Amino acid sequence: MKPESRNRLIALGALLVAASALAWIAFGNIGENLVYYWKPGEMLAQGEKAYGATVRLGGVVVPGSVVWNAEHTSLTFEVADSHAPTAPKVKVTSGMTPPQMFREGIGVVVEGTFAASGVFTTNRLMVNHSNEYRAPDGGAGGDWKGTLSQAEAK
Amino acid sequence: MTPTLPLVVLALVVAGIVAHVTSPAARRWVSPAVGALGVLMLAALWYLGLFWAPPEQYMSDVGRILYVHVPHVWMALLAFTLNVGCAVAYLTKKSWVTDALAEAAAEVGVYFGAVGVLMGSIWARPTWGVWWDWDPRLISTTVMLLAYVGYLALRSFTDDPERRATWSAAAAILSYVSLPIVWFSVRWWNSLHQVQSNPSTVDKPMVAVLRWGAVTMLCFLFVFIVKRYELARSRQTAALELPPLEAPRPEAA
Repeated sequence: MKPESRNRLIALGALLVAASALAWIAFGNIGENLVYYWKPGEMLAQGEKAYGATVRLGGVVVPGSVVWNAEHTSLTFEVADSHAPTAPKVKVTSGMTPPQMFREGIGVVVEGTFAASGVFTTNRLMVNHSNEYRAPDGGAGGDWKGTLSQAEAK
Repeated sequence: MTPTLPLVVLALVVAGIVAHVTSPAARRWVSPAVGALGVLMLAALWYLGLFWAPPEQYMSDVGRILYVHVPHVWMALLAFTLNVGCAVAYLTKKSWVTDALAEAAAEVGVYFGAVGVLMGSIWARPTWGVWWDWDPRLISTTVMLLAYVGYLALRSFTDDPERRATWSAAAAILSYVSLPIVWFSVRWWNSLHQVQSNPSTVDKPMVAVLRWGAVTMLCFLFVFIVKRYELARSRQTAALELPPLEAPRPEAA
């Protein structure tokens, strides 16, 4: 075989393997096997299987549910699937100081164990940021060039 | 970002590289000019990113790392795309130019990707609360970088330039599978990393600075790739003992 046609065959082979690998990952059911975290609804649907094992739970912090005791560094809050008031939710308790970004309504991922009592205990609390980047409200800062950027935004 | 924009940007980089590779006259001034532009734009980026742009409403000044983290990773993705393009070109029509360019693009891509991930980690600590977590985006990016480190290692395993070029081109095509996985990882799986932003989710001055940062890094991407390409070419020439593509210079005679 001439080196040129051999090289084209290699290219074709590599492209085929690459394309099928990608198709397998994109359209196969690998997504169901690779789960970074469960949402509260998904975790509750697992029933007893969810109890005891170290798992990750992700969702949004339910507004009004956060109780922070600085003296005993104890934090409890509820995590819900979404901002909808009827979304399934799970109570979470943590013995650590939350990251600075932690607040009501923000997305969180917590790693820990779920008990039959319905409480999720975590020692690793992560806050996730949305894909929105906004300047502070122009009225709140005053000293910032917010007025300038808002004028440009219009 | 519209889907066609990265392709336009890639075409620009390719056009610059083609000019650099084919025209000795362009070689003399294009990369110094682009390099100088990059340095000037970087100086301006410091001012624009650190002082001119507003702080982020929740992340405050920490959010300013956006202007370098995201462009770095974009440059890595562009470099790997150039790498796979060169690999396919090499296998279609044997050429030492595309082989050298593939090597240059992969190495520069690994640099931009690694720095981008490092910046992401620095950003993650104050926002997410952790330096690192095995979320789909971070896993897939790690796999992508390791694939290209492996590609570069593979290139050094053989002394035969032709075998190296052929088999590393095949490895380049396989490594490129990781790229769409990185891009879509935040959509295919639940992840800690947020999904891609677009101009409607980012305030206008921030979009402007982000784009400024991307063009700045693009200048460096170009300069790094052509410089690394020249190095790869001179190594090839030495290994092959082929006559150089252009007429020998006085010192080489």
